Amino acid sequence: METAYGTESKIIELKPFTDEMVVNMGPQHPSTHGVLRLELRLEGEVVREAIPHIGYLHRCFEKHSENLSYPQIIPFTDRMDYVAAMNQNWGFCLAVEKLLAADEKRNFVVPERAEYLRVLICELNRIASHLLSFGTYGMDLGAFTPFLYAFRDRERLLLLFEKVCGARLTYNYIRIGGVSEIIPMEPGSITEQNFLDEIEQFLDYFEPMIDEYNELLTKNSIFSERTTRVAVMSAEMALSYGATGPNLRGSGFDWDLRRDEPYSIYDRLKFDVPVATDVPELGAIVGDCWSRYKIRMEEMKQSIRIVRQILAEGLPDGPVMANLKAVRPPKGEIYFRSEAPRGELGFYIISDGTPKPVRVKGRSPCFSALSALQELSRGLMVADIIAIIGSIDIVMGEVDR
Amino acid sequence: MPDIFPKRFFVQGPAGDNWAERFIQNVIVPILPEGAAEHFSMELGTVLVMFGCAGIFVAIVPLLPLVLVLAERKVAARFQNRTGPMRVGPWGLLQTLADGVKLLFKEDYIPPQGDKLLFLFAPYVIFACSFAVFAAIPFGQNILVSDFNIGIFYIMAISSVIVMGVIMAGWSSNSKWSLLGSMRSAAQIVSYEIPLGLSILTIVMLVESLNMQEIVANQSGGISDWLIFRTPFTFIAFFIFFISSIAEVNRTPFDLPEAESEIVAGFHTEYSGMRFALFFIAEYANMFAVSAIAVTLFLGGWEGILPEFAVLGGGFNLLGGLPGFVIKTMGLVFLMMWLRWTLPRLRVDQLMNLCWKYFIPIAFFNILGTGIWGLIFEQDTALSTGISIAIIAVGLVQAYVIVGKILSPKPQTQTSSV
Repeated sequence: METAYGTESKIIELKPFTDEMVVNMGPQHPSTHGVLRLELRLEGEVVREAIPHIGYLHRCFEKHSENLSYPQIIPFTDRMDYVAAMNQNWGFCLAVEKLLAADEKRNFVVPERAEYLRVLICELNRIASHLLSFGTYGMDLGAFTPFLYAFRDRERLLLLFEKVCGARLTYNYIRIGGVSEIIPMEPGSITEQNFLDEIEQFLDYFEPMIDEYNELLTKNSIFSERTTRVAVMSAEMALSYGATGPNLRGSGFDWDLRRDEPYSIYDRLKFDVPVATDVPELGAIVGDCWSRYKIRMEEMKQSIRIVRQILAEGLPDGPVMANLKAVRPPKGEIYFRSEAPRGELGFYIISDGTPKPVRVKGRSPCFSALSALQELSRGLMVADIIAIIGSIDIVMGEVDR
Repeated sequence: MPDIFPKRFFVQGPAGDNWAERFIQNVIVPILPEGAAEHFSMELGTVLVMFGCAGIFVAIVPLLPLVLVLAERKVAARFQNRTGPMRVGPWGLLQTLADGVKLLFKEDYIPPQGDKLLFLFAPYVIFACSFAVFAAIPFGQNILVSDFNIGIFYIMAISSVIVMGVIMAGWSSNSKWSLLGSMRSAAQIVSYEIPLGLSILTIVMLVESLNMQEIVANQSGGISDWLIFRTPFTFIAFFIFFISSIAEVNRTPFDLPEAESEIVAGFHTEYSGMRFALFFIAEYANMFAVSAIAVTLFLGGWEGILPEFAVLGGGFNLLGGLPGFVIKTMGLVFLMMWLRWTLPRLRVDQLMNLCWKYFIPIAFFNILGTGIWGLIFEQDTALSTGISIAIIAVGLVQAYVIVGKILSPKPQTQTSSV
């Protein structure tokens, strides 16, 4: 064929031909963190497309909430992110309290002691959640031992939670207007002192353990080979998908609601917000799986710092529950967001002045992060899919609600 | 046709050179009644002795996985602050037996859509091949099934057949995960056989024999005579051999064919009951076999640590060096377990990179180096061994310094203050 540039030569592309193989990963799969189902379109080991299918754990949280009074909804929030249930309780209570505070006749305020207990317990819960994330990530990548180390330490935290609210997984501890007093802890009593001492002992034990875990897994060259430069999520991409929490900070975007929109007593506490940077020694670049994972390891240290500050100050005296006859928020609507271990947890509530909400909507951080999976996984390998799912740290209970 | 190959590589040795015949002449013939010895058929006797040995092996060797599985679980438990199995028998010693009984009574499920014949046949291929390897391993001075003159060659050949069983299992299951696992396994085992074979070649060059017993006999002078320290190149070859053999037996960090977090259970996803147990037993038998081969080739086999009054070696003639051999092998097995419970898993492209871009070039370099070493030092003397050990020591120090320099800068995640 003659063209202006001379005879156009025919370009023959030699491309090895492989059939597309459609594989169903999940909902029963060891490392889809619950019941996530991925439809993988594979070309050998290379993933052309990974399409997440969710809804296997859908329990109609939002519809249920419309038929329940506000305090009755709290146990349902436990079952959203069951790994960090304290933070879910808190997120919901914060939204309802904001709505209650709008009622000027009531003069509603959460007692100081309750605020301290909430921060104390929720930061410990954050450590427990990140520990689980660390352990399962190791197991996803084939290292079984970190998983058991993480669960060993998490066990001590669960025992502490059991001391304070009697439950190990679904706490229902943080209530609207304060915290539960099922197991009473008088200000200045021996029970309280023992509890605080035990937390102190745990922190003393756990702080060096983080360094050990970093030696064991984070700096392991096979681990860094598997996770660095894999599935890089730029800050723009993270923002456009609505990824929050460690996933957003892992992409190098400096944003933490505890610092930037402080609620409770976070404005009085000193802590750093870890943000990912390039780590040339290990080949990590901002936004890859390693960065997202590393942010969680750093956040555990910051949580320890926060808890230590509260332990140094001691719990203030006073009641742990505001004087609320009945939870009957005024007519209106509210969206309140808080920083859960997996990111920005928001609750949107419409109230018509009755004891039951008209509408409750949960904004799940995992759901937003999971939606980025399809774009992140394109062109990678099957093993990388596992690495991505582990690094965005999803809990299916929260994705499906 | 010109005689290209040295005869003893491929042709049976002269009569009387056979260990079984020696055994008959030295042990059996003296105890036979007067006159009977003259009518004793040497050929028939040899066959009978070999059958007897094979019988003992068939009875004893399958017990090895029983011990190894328990050892693995106990070792893993120690690494993970647990106690491991404690309920069945004293200290849980009978746990594997109980597991075996459980598997025996389980349903033997055959996928209806799969290839039934291949599905049934695959576990036996893997099982038979991994135990056939034991025939050529010299456990002690006189403890071996058959003293092949091409022993190591036979081991390489037989262990390559295992991959066929893996592909059969993966294909016939009619499961995509199984197929993925078996394809990974095929690629992995075929690739890693090359550095494995090349590092064996350095040994064969030094010993000038493929016979396992001759390789051991070549290392009879104590620890300094072990082939691993003979030249600096065999020292490197040992590590290539050991790492490649970990890949051969599909263990972490190279356990991609059965990566439980990625492809469920790989090629044996669809197997249940005793057929699954056969895969399991074969895996542990393989693990012991490759460690035993590594000990035979590089670490003196059943020979002791010291030359004259050998520690746990042939010198004491304590079971023909069997305890020393088992201890050395178990040391390597423990190393494999240690790696398994410490390291994450490689990705499939990284696995191939490691093999083709690092191990194979280094293995070729080793062969070249061993050849040059053989030209410089025609006979192995104290001088050559001394130079070799000195080079190894300097190399290790250098490697330590370089690795230390790489690892010392600690990764810091920058933080922004409130």
